[in-house]
Amino acid sequence: MAQAAAANTKWWSGGKSPFNVEYGKLMMWYFLMSDTFTFGAFLISYGTVRMSSNSWPDPNQVFNSLPFAGHANLPLVFVSLMTFILIVSSVTMVLAVHEGHHGNKKGVVKWMFWTIIGGLAFLGCQAWEWNHLFHQGAWWGRNPFPNADGTVATTNFSNFFFTITGFHGFHVFSGVIINLIALIMAQTGVFEKRGHYLMIEKVGLYWHFVDLVWVFVFLFFYLV
Amino acid sequence: MEHQTFGGEVTIPHHAPTDDSKKRIWKTTLILSIITIIELGIGYLLYATDFSNGLDLALKGVVIILSLSKAFYIVSIFMHLGDEIRNLIMTIIVPLMLFIWFIIAFLADGVSWKNLRNEYNPKEPVKYEQQATPEHEGGLK
Repeated sequence: MAQAAAANTKWWSGGKSPFNVEYGKLMMWYFLMSDTFTFGAFLISYGTVRMSSNSWPDPNQVFNSLPFAGHANLPLVFVSLMTFILIVSSVTMVLAVHEGHHGNKKGVVKWMFWTIIGGLAFLGCQAWEWNHLFHQGAWWGRNPFPNADGTVATTNFSNFFFTITGFHGFHVFSGVIINLIALIMAQTGVFEKRGHYLMIEKVGLYWHFVDLVWVFVFLFFYLV
Repeated sequence: MEHQTFGGEVTIPHHAPTDDSKKRIWKTTLILSIITIIELGIGYLLYATDFSNGLDLALKGVVIILSLSKAFYIVSIFMHLGDEIRNLIMTIIVPLMLFIWFIIAFLADGVSWKNLRNEYNPKEPVKYEQQATPEHEGGLK
């Protein structure tokens, strides 16, 4: 960014963006800020309730299954896979934006396609996890897992888990839909006609946000 | 492609990045992957080893700081916030500093709540009895 030239410009003199960005991109940033506070509120309330509890289910005892691995005890494995899937889909998203900067329609379509595949893979994994836990007796209002110290746990654990991962999963789902729309628009030449791929950038911001939220959900539910 | 002003909004067009940016993307991907692997390593270590309370908390602190650094890389480089005008960066970062107070205050409240409850309203903890069949259709009881 030409920060030197930027320093000589009268940014607040009117008639132009004082931040040198298009309106839609700025508004996407501010929407993401509001969503950050929403997820932040959920995660902090989870932290508060967990801190206020004498004991809590051990994540390594609860989340230790892997598809097709039967009853093997594999803590952290499945969730690591999910994390890598989402990180990779973020990288393919960056690559799509990069292609957009060069006006390369084919490249944009290719990388958007892979980003969508990554999103769908993540959703599939999350759905499997939910279904597995459900069949073990967990759901909103039902928690079959004991606390780490051997006492009966409250339903706080499963309530928070399903609510927060559900909210996040819903964001992944809507992100996949939005990415699909952007892919179709790119493929049908809408952006080529406009002369820019800014929509891919904006959609990319949303997708990275979704990945970021997962980093912290994964951290606070599975890791610490 | 390069000289878009979006109806006069954008003064200095975002120039098409050089191929240096592709290198940046892969370098950042590598950094993120390494940090994630370290986090998972520490996470597994926390599971497999019985650490003292202090060391346990310290390792968890390390993992949290690693995650925050991941957030920094994703926001700054993948989301390109690091390339934007400084004032824009500030309008995003400064309000998020509220989280520092938010987190400390609420977690401290949670701990205080636990301590007050244990002191003034202690309840006999109920031992968990293992149910006969954990795998069952999750219908309503």
